[in-house]
Amino acid sequence: MKFADFVCFEAAVPELRACDRDGVIAELVLSLDKAGRLAKGKCEEVTAEVIKREREASTGMGKGVAVPHVKHKAVKDIVAVIGQSSVGIDFFALDKQPVYSVILLVSSTDDPDRHLQAMENIFKHLQQERFRKFLRQCHSSEQIEELLIEADEDPSL
Amino acid sequence: MQAEEDTLENMVYEAELEIKNAEGLHMRPAMQFVDIANRFDSDITVGNGETNVDGKSIMQISMLAATCGTRLRVKAEGPDAQEAVNALRELVEEKHFDEPTPKR
Repeated sequence: MKFADFVCFEAAVPELRACDRDGVIAELVLSLDKAGRLAKGKCEEVTAEVIKREREASTGMGKGVAVPHVKHKAVKDIVAVIGQSSVGIDFFALDKQPVYSVILLVSSTDDPDRHLQAMENIFKHLQQERFRKFLRQCHSSEQIEELLIEADEDPSL
Repeated sequence: MQAEEDTLENMVYEAELEIKNAEGLHMRPAMQFVDIANRFDSDITVGNGETNVDGKSIMQISMLAATCGTRLRVKAEGPDAQEAVNALRELVEEKHFDEPTPKR
């Protein structure tokens, strides 16, 4: 799967206003909702579920990135949104370091394989130091979209 | 499954493990896998036929996109190779990550 298949570019938040984990999750879910990607009236519920999942085990996998996610009926197909923080957020990450790039993912409840394929794509790129560096340098939604489209074309990025 | 003696200290041990839980190797099971792998001194690599990844890295294990029914090749190299593979087999095939298997 490619980023373009599941990332909602128009919902990207190039500079997150929130500076704590739960606030960042709420901001990103709200952005998806505003872009019309969640079923009506489900914004708060999805936010609460992502936070609940995050409390069970942090998705801050180290190296400044976190991938909070949930499976929820508010979406028919998988959708992701990207947020960037220049100050860094405490995501209770595995390496205890602040998080600068957040990819929040909402998957449908009835297609676990698609969820895995999206995760495969996300981690394939997040593993690359170059990709993480470029992502941190994005300061607009357009730059984020350009980078992800470029990554879709270039498996080494 | 096979064991070959490299030196007295360095054993190589591998096995094919099938993912049995319905949701596949998503992040929570992947973390369990990495937690167990990190308890051993042996190097652990996991392959899905296309790529081989480090069994101790959560990002790399998440890259496998191992759906239910996927067979993974787990290879351990080091003094506790056999114990490592056995512990991972128990997690993946016997406990199936404490998650439900598909409804039939």
